[in-house]
Amino acid sequence: MFVVLLVLIVILGSVVFHMVSPWWWSEIASNWVGMDDTIILTFWITGAVFVAIGLFMAYCIWKFRYDKDKKAEYEPENSKLEWTLTILTTIGVIALLAPGLIVWNNFVTVPKGAYEIEVVGQQWGWMYRLPGKDGVLGTTSIKNIDDDNPFGLNTDDPYSLDDVLVDADDLHILIDRPLKLNLRALDVLHDFYVPQFRAKMDMVPGTITYYWFTPIKTGEYEILCAEYCGTGHYAMLGYVYVDEQKEYDEWVDEQMTFEEVLASNGKSDLIKIALNKKNDL
Amino acid sequence: MAADSYEDVVKNKESIPALEVAPQDLYHAKSFWTKYIFCQDAKVIGIQYGLTAVAIGLVGLVSSWLMRMQIAFPGFIPMDAAQYYQLVTMHGMIMVVYLLTALFLGGFGNYLIPLMVGARDMVFPYVNMVSFWVFFLAVIILASSYFVPGGPTGAGWTLYPPQAITSGTPGGDGLGIVLMLVSLAVFVIGFTMGGLNYVITVLQARTRGMTLMRLPLTVWGIFTATVLALFAFPALFVAGIMMTLDNMLGTSFFMPAIIQFGEKLTHEGGSPILFQHLFWFFGHPEVYIVALPAFGIVSDLISVHARKNIFGYRMMVWAIVIIGGLSFVVWAHHMYVAGMNPWFGFFFATTTLIIAVPTAIKVYNWVLTLWRGNIKLTLPMLFSIAFIITFVNGGLTGLFLGNVAVDVPLSDTYFVVAHFHMVMGIAPVLVILGSVYHWFPLITGRFLNERLGKIHFWVTFIGSYSIYFPMHYLGFMGVTRRYFEVFEGEAFTYSITGINQFITVAALVTGAAQFLFIYNIIVSSKFGKKAGKNPWKACSLEWRTKDVPPTHGNFDKELPVVYRWAYDYSVPGADEDYITQDTPPSAVANARAEQT
Repeated sequence: MFVVLLVLIVILGSVVFHMVSPWWWSEIASNWVGMDDTIILTFWITGAVFVAIGLFMAYCIWKFRYDKDKKAEYEPENSKLEWTLTILTTIGVIALLAPGLIVWNNFVTVPKGAYEIEVVGQQWGWMYRLPGKDGVLGTTSIKNIDDDNPFGLNTDDPYSLDDVLVDADDLHILIDRPLKLNLRALDVLHDFYVPQFRAKMDMVPGTITYYWFTPIKTGEYEILCAEYCGTGHYAMLGYVYVDEQKEYDEWVDEQMTFEEVLASNGKSDLIKIALNKKNDL
Repeated sequence: MAADSYEDVVKNKESIPALEVAPQDLYHAKSFWTKYIFCQDAKVIGIQYGLTAVAIGLVGLVSSWLMRMQIAFPGFIPMDAAQYYQLVTMHGMIMVVYLLTALFLGGFGNYLIPLMVGARDMVFPYVNMVSFWVFFLAVIILASSYFVPGGPTGAGWTLYPPQAITSGTPGGDGLGIVLMLVSLAVFVIGFTMGGLNYVITVLQARTRGMTLMRLPLTVWGIFTATVLALFAFPALFVAGIMMTLDNMLGTSFFMPAIIQFGEKLTHEGGSPILFQHLFWFFGHPEVYIVALPAFGIVSDLISVHARKNIFGYRMMVWAIVIIGGLSFVVWAHHMYVAGMNPWFGFFFATTTLIIAVPTAIKVYNWVLTLWRGNIKLTLPMLFSIAFIITFVNGGLTGLFLGNVAVDVPLSDTYFVVAHFHMVMGIAPVLVILGSVYHWFPLITGRFLNERLGKIHFWVTFIGSYSIYFPMHYLGFMGVTRRYFEVFEGEAFTYSITGINQFITVAALVTGAAQFLFIYNIIVSSKFGKKAGKNPWKACSLEWRTKDVPPTHGNFDKELPVVYRWAYDYSVPGADEDYITQDTPPSAVANARAEQT
C-alpha cells in the first residue's frame, strides 16, 4: 500500500512545491499581462484536474486493492458517464482556449501608433537600426552587406540615409510607447527574447518577422537568444534599456546615421546619389 | 457488426467468418544463422529490434548524464560547447527515433501483433527480416558519425537549417550532418518494410472471429501508430533528402541568401520555415507514434492486473483513431514563434486543444478501470499507475504550450523540455518497463525478480518525477534551453544552480537504476522463477500458445477461434475471474458476458 502513499505524496508534493517555489517569473515589464493571466487560469484548471485525478486514483488503489474472495465489477461501458466527462472536458478546453486566442489576437495586431526598430541577429551578437528622422526604415538586402554597410542598406533607397545604425549588443527603447520590432537574421535562426517582456519570435534569414509590445517599467533588461543558433548560442546576450524620453534622445544622438557612416568611410558619391533620389520624391 | 453479436455466435458457430488469408507455409530455420541472425520469425525479429534499440538507447542515456553534469557541475567532465551540443542532439534523436519508435513498433509490434491477432507470423516474414537489418544499418551509420572528423552533428535533434548545414554548428560543415540524414533515410526505408507488415497483418491475418472490435488495445495502439508513421515518415525522408541536396549539391530548398562570419554563401531563395513544416509534419505525429502504442499497452496492463475489463473499450478505440487523425493537423503548434504567418496560430491552437478531449477520455477510462476493480499491485500495475500520473502531468502542461498565447513566453525554455520529457519520454518509458515485467514470462518462461523490480520501480518513478517536475519552474522563470553554460540570468528570480544540481543527481540515480533493470533481465532470464502458462491469467491470445515461450508458428495445429473481446475479466456467473478470448460460450454457459 506504499504506492497509495506515493501517489498522495506526488500529488500533494507537487501542489506544495508550486506554492513555495522561489523559481517563478520575474515581474512583468511589458503590456503582456494577458499572457501571465492566461497561464494562471491554465494553472487553476489543469491543477484542479491533476489533483482530482490523482486523489481519485489513490482512493481506487486503496479501496479496491486485491482480495481473492472478491470480484471486480463487470461494467464494459457507461455511455452516460463517458459523455458527461467528454462534455465537461470540452467546456474546460474552451475556457482555456478562448482567452488564449484573445491574447494572441492582440499579440499579432500591431497598434497604429507603434514606432519601429529593426533587430538584426547574427552568429553571435545583435545589431539594431532605428528609422531616423523620416520615421521609415530603409530597405535592405543581404547582397549589400560589407564592412562599410553592415546592415546591407540599399543606398539608392531615399529612406536609408537617416537610419540610425547601432552596431552593438545593447538597445535603448522608450517607455510606454508601443514598439514594433522588425526581426532580421543574417545567417541562421535566432530569437530576440527578454523574459520580462514575455514576448518572443524567431528571426529567420530570408524573411522579416516581427512582434510588438509596450514597455511599462524603466530599467535594464537582459536579452537571451532563445532559438538554437550554433556553438555560441549560449553567449548571444545583450541588454535592453527602457528609458524616459530624455535619456532615450541622448542615446540616439550618440549613434551614427547611415549617412554619417558612409561619410566617415569616404563614400560621399553614394550619399549624393541617395540625396538626389530623396529630392525626386 | 450485427453478424458478430454475442447471440449470433452462441446460436451459430458457423457465423464466424473464414480466414481472410489462407494459411501459408512458414520458412522453418535450419541453422543458427537463419534461426537467430537472419531470422524470419517475428518474435525473434522483435527481440532483435528491442536489443538494438536498447543498445543505442544506452548511448542516449549516457549522453544525458554527461549533459546534466555539464549543466550542474561545469568542468567536472571537461567538454566544450561543441561537444555539449553534440550530446544534446544525439540524445534527442536516439531517444525519439532509434529507441522509442524502434522499440514500440519494431520490438513490441513484431513480438505481439501476430500472437495477439492469432496469426502464425507476419504476412511477409522475409521483408520483416530485411526490415530489421536495414534498421540495424541505420543504427550503425548513426553510430559511425561519432568517429568521423568533427564528430556527430550538433544541430539539435530538430536539425533546423540553415545552422544544421553551416559551419557555426558542430558537424555542420563536415560528415556529422550527412551521416545523420543518411541514417534517418535508411531508418525510414527499414521502417516502411516493417510498418507495411504490421498494418497488413492486422488487417488481413487475424484469426477466425477476431473482429477489429475484439482486438486488444495494444494492437489498436501499435496499428494506428504504424499507420501514422507510414504517412509521417515520408515528410522526414524528403526533408532529409532536400537538406542533403542543399548541403552537398548547393541547391537552395531551405537556404536563403545568407552571410555567415562575413562570407556570403552561394544559396539563394530557399525557406528555412519550409523545413520546419516538413519536419513537424513528421515530428508531431511522431509524438503519437510513441504515445499510441503506450496508450494501448497500458490499457491492457491495467485491465489484466485490476482483473477488470477496460472501461469504455469502444470509446478507447475511437479515441486512439481520432487522436491519430488529429495528430496530422496540429504540427505547427511547434512553430508558434517560428516566424510563420501569425494567423496560423488561431487554427493550430484550436486543433491542438481539441486533441485534449479524446486524450482526456483515455485517462478517465484508465482510472475508471481501476474503480471497483480488484487491483493487484504487481510491477506492471505499479508502472501503469506511475504512467498515468506522469502522463496526466505531461498532458496538462501541453495545454499551456498548445494555447498559442501562453506558448509565447514558454517556448524555447526549460518548460518545454520538462513537458515533452514527461509526456513522450518518461510516460512511454514507464509503459515499456511495465510491459517488460508483464511479458517477460511469455518471452522467457520466467518472472523477473520482484525485489529488484520494486527497487527499480521506486527509483525510476520518484527519480524521473524529481527530474522533470521542478524543471517546469525554470521555464516559467525564462531559463532558455540549449545553453552550454549555466548562467544566472538577471531575469531569474532565484539561483538556478542548486535546482540544477538536484536535477542532475536525480538523473544520475534514475539512469543507474536502469542498469539494475538490465541486470535483472540478464539474471532472471536464466535463473528467474518459472512462470508457467498464462501466469497473469490474461484473456488475450498471446498467452494461449502451444508452448511457452511460443515457438515458430506460434499456435498449435489449429489456429485459435475467437469468441469474445480481450477483456472478459470478472464476468458474473463465470467460475474463474477471466475468460480467454478463445473460450467458446458453451464452455462458460453461466457467464453473463455483455460485450463480445
